[in-house]
Amino acid sequence: MPSVMLRRNEEGTLLFYVAKKDLEETIVSVETDTEDAWGGTVELSDGSKYFIEPISPPPAFPTTLRFNRV
Amino acid sequence: MSTMTKQETEALIQEVLEVYPEKARKDRAKHLTANDQSLEKSSKCITSNRKSLPGVMTIRGCAYAGSRGVVWGPVKDMIHISHGPVGCGQYSRAGRRNYYVGTTGVNTFTTMNFTSDFQERDIVFGGDKKLDKIIDEIEMLFPLNKGITVQSECPIGLIGDDIEAVSKKKAQDLDKTIVPVRCEGFRGVSQSLGHHIANDAIRDWVFSRAEGKEFESTPYDVTVIGDYNIGGDAWSSRILLEEMGLRVIAQWSGDGTLAEMENTPKAKLNLLHCYRSMNYISRHMEEKYGIPWMEYNFFGPTKIEEALRKIAERFDDKIKEGAERVIAKYKPEWQAVVAKYRPRLEGKRVMLYVGGLRPRHIIGAYEDLGMEVVGTGYEFGHNDDYDRTIKEMGDATLIYDDVTGYEFEEFVKKVKPDLIGSGIKEKYIFQKMGIPFRQMHSWDYSGPYHGYDGFAIFARDMDMTLNNPCWDSITPPWKKSGSAMSVAAE
Ligand code: SF4
Repeated sequence: MPSVMLRRNEEGTLLFYVAKKDLEETIVSVETDTEDAWGGTVELSDGSKYFIEPISPPPAFPTTLRFNRV
Repeated sequence: MSTMTKQETEALIQEVLEVYPEKARKDRAKHLTANDQSLEKSSKCITSNRKSLPGVMTIRGCAYAGSRGVVWGPVKDMIHISHGPVGCGQYSRAGRRNYYVGTTGVNTFTTMNFTSDFQERDIVFGGDKKLDKIIDEIEMLFPLNKGITVQSECPIGLIGDDIEAVSKKKAQDLDKTIVPVRCEGFRGVSQSLGHHIANDAIRDWVFSRAEGKEFESTPYDVTVIGDYNIGGDAWSSRILLEEMGLRVIAQWSGDGTLAEMENTPKAKLNLLHCYRSMNYISRHMEEKYGIPWMEYNFFGPTKIEEALRKIAERFDDKIKEGAERVIAKYKPEWQAVVAKYRPRLEGKRVMLYVGGLRPRHIIGAYEDLGMEVVGTGYEFGHNDDYDRTIKEMGDATLIYDDVTGYEFEEFVKKVKPDLIGSGIKEKYIFQKMGIPFRQMHSWDYSGPYHGYDGFAIFARDMDMTLNNPCWDSITPPWKKSGSAMSVAAE
């Protein structure tokens, strides 16, 4: 269950950052990304997938959340 | 030698790796690569931030060096205790040339070495009592210190001392900021983890205590983060920011103070120079206090211009005009520098091997002088550093991570650069090989190199080193081919 810091880069895309693993990838897709919830399976630009129970209301970025590896 | 092709670079890597036993060869192969600009992610071509191979000569330092030496050391009005035996602090004392203003020993302490000087009995019975006592001694002898940090050396973690408890107690007794830092040298694979631990200590022990402190802010408050003021770097950066209308409220940590660190969560924008050593705290401040951060590069006029505009983007028209004004003001100055030195340096090829930000940040400054960086690498970089390097380096140039002494020498013999920029341990080896060398950690007793003022000094230094007549005297006259003497001797 890595603890992940989510923030937007200069272009406004979400970055997925795991300090311990030296992993900083952009998020290419989020399963649920609506006005009242954010989460589900997220896919990163390197192809790996992580899961988080959808959070509602959607969190404000930057923030740190716990994800599970899919 | 002209530029190498990708095949040639790869062949060179293979050739150099050949002498290793198979297992070592496999391991080291992952750390060496020919640059491929088309890649977005470095993880496809290079592995970094791994344990160095036993038996090879590595150039890395330890976590204590990352915390005491890099992040905390320059905070000038705090006293940093090298907690443990005397050597770690004494042998690294004042080596980084972090310039500061103040009276050393009275209100500033950067170049001094404070240590608990562990003896056998401290190892056997524990050093907590001793720590308690030296904090009292420090208070008595140096009453103007603003706070104390306890920088753990290896034995502290091994014998299980509770420096946190002592620090908490003393902080209460003395009503001061006392920061225990668990940066024992054996943690992590290099000094890099020390940076991280030091960042976390600031988060936990400085910010928490500073909450609620009064501060009068302006809309133009920025901070300079990850500039250690080596040879005055932060100063030559700061004046540019101030000239364009910004207010620099903190310097981290070169010529910095505890109060500046405490004020940082009030800034409007954190400007991050050395990403590697201080990205952690910048990310934390973004999350907790909503302060955005951005990376910038103040080496060489091209990059400075880019950075000034990028910074100004984040502010209103007044600052944008300010940035243009600064750019215009310094243009004749740096153009004169380029006019003078470029003809003397044009086409020269450089190999770098340094730490945190320089393997990629300085490239632009060399290019401004018409030089080319043909090889670069980080002592303790991570993937994200290499991500940022790929685009800066030419295609098929050499990239080496945690290069070993042997590999570096072999690469140099084959690539034959005109100039090498690396650390003190490499300096004399390469100079004896007859190759001009600059010590690029502490600017070879020169500097600053940041900003426009720094660029002038940088250009002069490179010229001074490269075009020094001494390089012609490396080969004795009787060994020069074709000379009358060599013929006579044979
Ligand atoms: S590795 Fe340990 S003993 Fe060596 S300098 Fe670092 S803290 Fe000191």
